[in-house]
This record gives sequence, C-alpha cells and structure tokens, in this order.
Amino acid sequence: MRSVSVIGVGQTKFGEHWNDSLRDLVTDAGVAAISDANVEGKDVQAVFGGCMAAGRFIGQEHIGALLADQMGLNPLPAVRVEAACASGGVALRMGYLAVASGMYDVVAVAGVEKMTDVSTEDAAVALAGAGDQEWELFNGATFPAIYALMAQRHMLDFGTTEEQMALCAVKNHGHAVSNPYAQFRKAVSLEQVMDSGYIASPLKLLDCSPLTDGAAALVLCASEKASKFTDKPVDVMASTQASDTLALHERETLTGLKATQVAGRDAFKQAGISQKDVDVLECHDCFSIAQIMALEDLGFCRKGTGGKFVEEGRSDKDGEIPTNLSGGLKAVGHPVGASGVREAIDVVRQLRGDAPKEVQLKDAKIGVSHNVGGSGATVVVHAFKRGF
Amino acid sequence: MREALPLMWRNIAERYNLIGTHCATCGSNYYPQRKVCPKCRRKGQLEGRVFPGKGVILSSSQVFVSPKGFEHETPYWLAVVELDNHAKLLTQVVDSADDQVKAGARVEVVFRKIYEDSHEGAIAYGYKFKVVPGGK
Repeated sequence: MRSVSVIGVGQTKFGEHWNDSLRDLVTDAGVAAISDANVEGKDVQAVFGGCMAAGRFIGQEHIGALLADQMGLNPLPAVRVEAACASGGVALRMGYLAVASGMYDVVAVAGVEKMTDVSTEDAAVALAGAGDQEWELFNGATFPAIYALMAQRHMLDFGTTEEQMALCAVKNHGHAVSNPYAQFRKAVSLEQVMDSGYIASPLKLLDCSPLTDGAAALVLCASEKASKFTDKPVDVMASTQASDTLALHERETLTGLKATQVAGRDAFKQAGISQKDVDVLECHDCFSIAQIMALEDLGFCRKGTGGKFVEEGRSDKDGEIPTNLSGGLKAVGHPVGASGVREAIDVVRQLRGDAPKEVQLKDAKIGVSHNVGGSGATVVVHAFKRGF
Repeated sequence: MREALPLMWRNIAERYNLIGTHCATCGSNYYPQRKVCPKCRRKGQLEGRVFPGKGVILSSSQVFVSPKGFEHETPYWLAVVELDNHAKLLTQVVDSADDQVKAGARVEVVFRKIYEDSHEGAIAYGYKFKVVPGGK
C-alpha cells in the first residue's frame, strides 16, 4: 500500500437549499474540490460518492452515474457508497483504498444528501432505515429515541447529566458562528438547550442535529504525485472501519459504540500515534450524547467521564483535544451522506491553516475524523497529518 | 416499507409468540431470530424457541416526536428490555405509570396493536411490555 494525500477540498453551504437539487449540490461541491486541487477533469480516474437515502428523499437511485454525469466526468467509473450516516466516510475510505492499492493515482470523493424535499415525518422514516427497520422502526423507534436510550443508560451508569450533554451543543454552536458553510451560525445558551423540549427524553430538540441539504467533496492523490498539483498536501495516516449489530438492543453495551472503539484503536495503530499526538478532532455528534461517547470510545478520556470532560472544557479549542471546531453535525448541519466527507474536510482545513481565524489552531499537525452510521453499526475513522 | 404486507406477515409467528433463536453450542439467545450464531458461526446449532415474556428494563425513553403511524400514541415509552434468558429487545412500554418506566423495573409482555397504515390499511400487531409493580 502506498501513501495517499488529500490535495483538494470543497463543499456547499449546509442548510435548506430550496432552489438546489441533489445534482446541483454535489456538482458544486465536486467542482470546488477539483478547482482547489488544481487538477483537470482528465487527471481524475474514478469517482466515489457517499449517499444514504436518495431513493427515499428524492426518488432517485443510481447516484454513482449521476455524479460522474453531472460533474462532466463520463466515462469514468463511478460508485455510490451507502452506509447510512457513514456513507461519506466509507466513500472516502473506498477512494483511499483505490489510490493506496495503486489502481488509480487521482480520485474524486463526494458525499451528498438532499433531505428537505420531503416532510419532516417522511425524513424521519428515511433516517430510521439506518437502524433496524423490522425490529426498531416497526416498534415506533426514531433515531433520537435510539440515542436517547443510550443517553439514559449513560446517565444512570456514570452520572452524566442533561446539562453536560447540552454543553456539547452550546460549544459546537459557538464554533459554528465563524463557519461560513454552517447551517446555524448562531450561538445558543445552556438555558436555550435545556428549555428546548424533549424529542425523546432525555434528548431535547437542541441535543439533535438537524435535517440538512448539502454536499462535500475532496480529491485524493498518490502522495508521490501530489506535488504536481499542490504545495499543501495532507496525508492520510490511517483509514479504518468497523461494524456492529444493526439494532441497538443486540449490543453488549448501551453506553458506548464498540465499532468506534475498534476502528479508533485500529486507526491509532495504523497511524503509529497515540491520543496525545492528535491536535484536532472532528467527531460524529449527531446527538449530544454521541460526542460524549465518541470522546470516551476513541480513548481521549476514560469510559464514563466524557460528560465531565466536556464540562471542564477539555474538548474546547484551548483544551487537550479541540473537538468539532467546525460546529459539528449539531451546528454545521447533517446531510447524512455528506457528513463523513465534511468531517474529513474540516480536519484538512485545520491542518492546512485554512479554517476560519476564530477557530484556527496554531500549528495543528495531526487530526482525526470520526463518522458513525446508524446508531453505531458502521464506524469509520481517518487520521491525517500535514504533508508540508 | 410499511405498505409491504409480506414483510409484516412473515414475522407474525416470531412477533406474536416471542420466538427467538437459541444456540445449543454456546447457549446464547437472540431476538430477533438469526441464521448464524455470531459467536459460533457455522459450529452453532440454532433452534427456534419461545422466549420468556418477562424481563427487566435496561433503559427507557419517552418519545414525543413519533414516526408516521404512531402519531396517536405520542408520547409513548420505548425501552430496551433484557428478558429472563438474557436476550434483549426493543419494545414499547404501555399500561404503566410514567414514574415506573425506568431501568431496573420488572416488565411482562402484552399482545397489542402496533400501528395501522391508514383507515383501510393493514393493522400490525405484536408485543409491547408493561411494568409489573413490585414485580419479581
């Protein structure tokens, strides 16, 4: 396997795009990434696109071909990757493997979801398909409810509080204020989160990531050829993935994601680094409790101490592990097929020094992105380092 | 998916009778049924078995924003329940006071309507659980 670098990134603004279709969004993001990478269409050799539920959201399948077609990249091979909310992260990993293997030198990776063309109720049904249709959704489970069941047990076992969960949302919203691509560039107070009303107890409206339209893309290149296109390559140090049961109730524990623990452990091993070496983290905070569990499961704090870790500011910009400086899924928005790519892009921006100045870390060298599908049945972890 | 009658019909025996899978090789119990034991894989000897309709709540959540088909029941309780044979499942908890639906509470299975597609649509039935006050 050879080294692979990210040589270009691009995305649309995340939010409600009433005037843009899925094809508009993904094309805008793809063109932005290809321009940023300084490659020509003829340099790109394959396309990998993450998309979770276009069939349910807009009645469109065959997204791989649609991507190549709309980006003007025919007749390149194009593949749609689906792994629920980890579709983007898995697409990135497929692109990585394709270049690392030596099959291709340059590939484009995209993630996209168009979620606001349907009613909120229909969107909830589409999203619940990320869980177990026959044994969770059938019984009236929603995604907030499934994460709420994890949160409730986390509170019981470890004394995690609703305030600690709310603080994840407060901090992430604070970061998003400076992010021009974020859906909610608006700070929220602890009181606002606590007063926002239960969706599924103990999770409230502002503990939950929103419905979002958006696309994100990046260009991967064999590291040995990256200098032909850019003087700011970011190298992929690790790309790992793990699976767990589709349904929450069949897991060994409700208070953590084993797939995150496994993919995280493997990523640190593959990259040859420890948690202390990581300068910046983008983790999958689809719900506030998910950020707390991710910090624990990735080993940045001990199991059960994530709530306190967040409360004490240890995941803040000036803390031990600056987390979700983009605003996270909570405030940037969560177009489910795009988020895995977006998380990687925001790590790359930090390492290149291209993040908004309010959140840009000084001299960040190594970053990790963490992407979860469903309630933890798929987890993808990537580690990156500055390659210049 | 809800409109797919065969999907509903196929699971009737399993849902109405709480039939899960027992692996005679390692002793594990699974709900819903599986074709392969994740621990023993091809060495597993799997058999269908009626599971005990009693267990304990591991975690619970009151749902205020429901998916389609459950609007009339909102808010309702969901729980992960560990049955007395250690198999776990996700279920609604009904006929119980709000302050009793919590981790550690003993519950028992009841047969209930789960949802109906529409006024003239098929009605899905299955299991829900209720708290057994002071239950052992």
